[in-house]
Amino acid sequence: MPATEAVAAPRRLEWLTATVTDVIVETPRVKSLVQDVPRWPGHRPGQHVDVRLTGEDGYQAQRSYSIASAPEAAHLTLTVERIEEGEVSPYLAGEVRPGDQFELRGPIGGYFVWTVAAQGPLFLIAGGSGIVPLMAMLRHRAAASVAVPARLIYSSRTFGDIIYRDELDRLMARRDGLEIVHTLTRSQPAGWSGGMRRIDREMVASAGFPSSQRPRTFICGPTQLVEYAASTLQELGHEASLIKTERFGPTGGVG
Amino acid sequence: MSEHADTNAPLDGNSAAGLLHELFAVDLTSANVTCVGCGTVAEIGRERAYGGAMGVVLRCVHCEAVVLRMVRTPAGCWLEMLGARNLFVPAVEG
Repeated sequence: MPATEAVAAPRRLEWLTATVTDVIVETPRVKSLVQDVPRWPGHRPGQHVDVRLTGEDGYQAQRSYSIASAPEAAHLTLTVERIEEGEVSPYLAGEVRPGDQFELRGPIGGYFVWTVAAQGPLFLIAGGSGIVPLMAMLRHRAAASVAVPARLIYSSRTFGDIIYRDELDRLMARRDGLEIVHTLTRSQPAGWSGGMRRIDREMVASAGFPSSQRPRTFICGPTQLVEYAASTLQELGHEASLIKTERFGPTGGVG
Repeated sequence: MSEHADTNAPLDGNSAAGLLHELFAVDLTSANVTCVGCGTVAEIGRERAYGGAMGVVLRCVHCEAVVLRMVRTPAGCWLEMLGARNLFVPAVEG
């Protein structure tokens, strides 16, 4: 980098108004919200936003959501899983319609971030809606048309719970160095050829890259999955500094 | 990210990025912090984060000592970093 490069460009976070332009039903519990956000400063794959909802009585609730869209996309997209007892997600993943508005600020976070400039190989491990920030990385990789070797292990409960299923199939069909392994932990459709158990050591070892290739590794999902995958990779000889994690909290957590 | 319960299970320091951004003009989650207790150097994003929207306690990923506490109150914001020997903010890549 140039010697004149300043320390990370300082920027104050400000609340922006997002207008929903499209709602995509991803699974029965998950929706993607495509938005127009005037003055959006752009983002890097893996970053998140804070969303703030204000009730008629002035009560405010705030949550963080990963950005699903690539920086190259024309619109900012968030993908939200409905948590039944949550304060924010039942609205975002339930009632939001095109034309609705809410406040958000971002992009936030420079740690759990990958761009093609960081090169690879890129190793991604997702559980449930933990796929969202990793999808931004895969979409960015495809948009940049850089054939960085990439592998994704994605654990879902059932076939119908696989978020972005068709798009992931299309990305892999490009045959540009992306391999995807799905595993279904609760039930599997007839003829299912993917994994049929929780992510385990054998799966991580066989579907991932050897430690000698020093893959940039990003793990996102429920705490239990994240901790298991991260510790397993270290046992397999991967450097801790190359493994970045984002925990969603307790498995089946409510909030 | 998604909604999660306020439980005792820690999240990653990365989850405190928005809160920290209210005080710091640069992203702190990719900054390295040195633990006073054990000398471990780790990105803020890698530390253990306890808390929620109102505040956060960051503990060293190695020895669990508190390296940073931040609490937001209606009157203002408290920051305590007694457990951090120093903070290194890297230059932007690319």
